[in-house]
Amino acid sequence: MSMPDTSNSMAGDGEPLANARLINYADAIREGLATAMENDPSVFLMGEGIADPASFFGTTKGLLDQFGAARAVEMPIAENGMVGVAIGAALSGQRPVISLHRVEFALLAIEQIVNNAAKSHYVSNGRHKVPLVIRMIVGRGWGQGPEHSQSLESIFGHFPGLKVMMPTMPMDAKGMLIAAIEDDSPVISIEHRWLHYSEGHVPEGHYVTALDGPAVLRPGGDVTIVGTSYMNLEALRAAEVLAEVGCEVELIDLRMVRPLNMAPILESVGRTGRLLTVDSSWAAFGTGAEVCAQVAEHAFSALKAPPRRMALANHPTPSSRGMVPGFYPDSISIAQAVGELCGLSASDVGAVVSKLVEMNGDQPIDTPNAYFKGPF
Amino acid sequence: MLRIRLVEEAIAARYVDQEMRCPVHLSVGQEATAVGVCAPLRPEDKVYSTHRSHAHYLAKGGDLKAMLAEIYGKAAGCCGGRGGSMHLFDTSVGMELSVPIVGSSIPLATGAALAMKQRGEDNVAVVIIGDAAIEEGVFHESMNFAELNKLPVIYVCENNLFSIYTSLNQRQPDRPITDLAEAHGVASGQADGNDIEAVCSTMAAAVGRAREGGGPSFLVFETYRWFEHCGPNMDNHLGYRTEQEFENWKGRDPVAAARAALIQSGAGDEAALATLADDLSREIDAAFEFAKNAPLPGPDAAVQHVYA
Ligand SMILES: Cc1ncc(C[n+]2csc(CCOP(=O)(O)OP(=O)(O)O)c2C)c(N)n1
Repeated sequence: MSMPDTSNSMAGDGEPLANARLINYADAIREGLATAMENDPSVFLMGEGIADPASFFGTTKGLLDQFGAARAVEMPIAENGMVGVAIGAALSGQRPVISLHRVEFALLAIEQIVNNAAKSHYVSNGRHKVPLVIRMIVGRGWGQGPEHSQSLESIFGHFPGLKVMMPTMPMDAKGMLIAAIEDDSPVISIEHRWLHYSEGHVPEGHYVTALDGPAVLRPGGDVTIVGTSYMNLEALRAAEVLAEVGCEVELIDLRMVRPLNMAPILESVGRTGRLLTVDSSWAAFGTGAEVCAQVAEHAFSALKAPPRRMALANHPTPSSRGMVPGFYPDSISIAQAVGELCGLSASDVGAVVSKLVEMNGDQPIDTPNAYFKGPF
Repeated sequence: MLRIRLVEEAIAARYVDQEMRCPVHLSVGQEATAVGVCAPLRPEDKVYSTHRSHAHYLAKGGDLKAMLAEIYGKAAGCCGGRGGSMHLFDTSVGMELSVPIVGSSIPLATGAALAMKQRGEDNVAVVIIGDAAIEEGVFHESMNFAELNKLPVIYVCENNLFSIYTSLNQRQPDRPITDLAEAHGVASGQADGNDIEAVCSTMAAAVGRAREGGGPSFLVFETYRWFEHCGPNMDNHLGYRTEQEFENWKGRDPVAAARAALIQSGAGDEAALATLADDLSREIDAAFEFAKNAPLPGPDAAVQHVYA
């Protein structure tokens, strides 16, 4: 299991991580792409608007100038074709990285992803390789509405042959992306728009963060929270305030939806006896459902309370801010759920909630809170 | 056209208040296509639109108050606040759907045409798409099917030369877009999208053919968007299009051209047009006041309508 992002961690050349520069998640991705492209001429980028001035929320800025149009390939609006072409190039020894402005656009390419990317290695008896990375961005806030805001990791997580990663921390965003590009299997990367702004210590140069699963973001002995993507930042905040009333949350960033490495989670639940999953998608058939099911199968006797899932309310994402309260789990609802799971007193839960309400201030519900900028 | 122009300009001007909390794709500069396409249609004819749907919605007779309320996220919006500006519809006037996924509405219009034919109606289905949507496979799949079954569907391409910041020549080879239809055996037409009369007559011919069982058509209208792809600002400074190109197109302002034609033909005069503009401005101000003051829906409303 990877260690938490503390000053003990070492960056690339044995340099303490705390000395690494503070940069944001979007820049970390851009660096990861540039580093991988510098290292290996077979790596190339492809996407709709790869050459445009907005440069995928800044994550591909300057790469066209640096590497030229043959390695930063502009695409027509044709997702199924684009992904299929990338799979064909990958089968022929190139390492394409595709970026989709919204995860929903990948739905047009699901045929190629599921039938060809996921299975070519298997059906060829191991001869074919599809070293492909598909970045998909989850939108949220500012009325993105039902077709620009879904977090669809569990769809892709369903298929053997795909790897599905969801980095939360800027350091992982770079290290896991480089690892994904260097990996010989197809990797789906789900990036949350609200994470792009967050800052953390990110080493310079080449380093890889193994695609081996969960990382502990905060150690604790009372309850295990398994979070994905942006939801980790809400959970982290809840955990910080819960600690003030003596409730120690162990927060585990899942990082990899598939392959799902349950060992660190089972170990943690073995100590805490309590499990809460906090998803960025819907609960049913979701990532949290899988984690809870596996804990029930393998660590049932350790459980002091039924495992619990938190996720989006059971309806599509409405555009109007009026309908959003309660739709997404947040630090307050997470703290309340922990309170119930751990049997905290009403006054302790009340104190935690009031503190969180105060910290949130009158921040609008549809824009990222300054707290979530980090540094993390 | 003037009404659409004034509404869109008012949206741009008021967007900075941060009360319309959803993305908006304006079609200032493209009004003649929306109006010319919808003018020959009956209320029973169905129109399908995209992320850039305000003009289509208004041209088909959608309710302005309900549209603005939707953009403001209000319960009185045409989708009750669920959809925002990329999901405008008003089935009472045949504004059937707007879908923000590029190309996604093309088969829906084709299916509507299939239903019309099965029911023996002489209505038509129209899908208005951008030039990027013809790059999607579903465009070809739908056209092939429509021609095979002689469906009363009209595929209208509003060719504004850009997909976000990517120009047509970076995405498509240099060939007449109408060739795509011809290859499927679908009748095609093309006209200056900033000339309301040209759009209207090209469309009327296709509508007539479709009503008489002549099958689908593919129409291409060249036009230009003035504002940024998404949002209330200008974005020429980004350098994806030249100031010169922009100015040339601005010189071909469809609203100004229609106005000049009206005056020249004697169908209108300066005074009448000024009165019209005043009346429209009052209507628009009132609609904005309605939208701003209308109540937001509550979280309880969000759980409704998941299943029919
Ligand atoms: C399937 C899909 N891919 C990509 C996008 C992102 N996107 C939104 S609008 C747009 C440009 C579409 O251009 P065009 O169809 O020409 O219409 P215009 O915006 O010019 O009116 C793109 C690529 C999308 N919404 N759906």
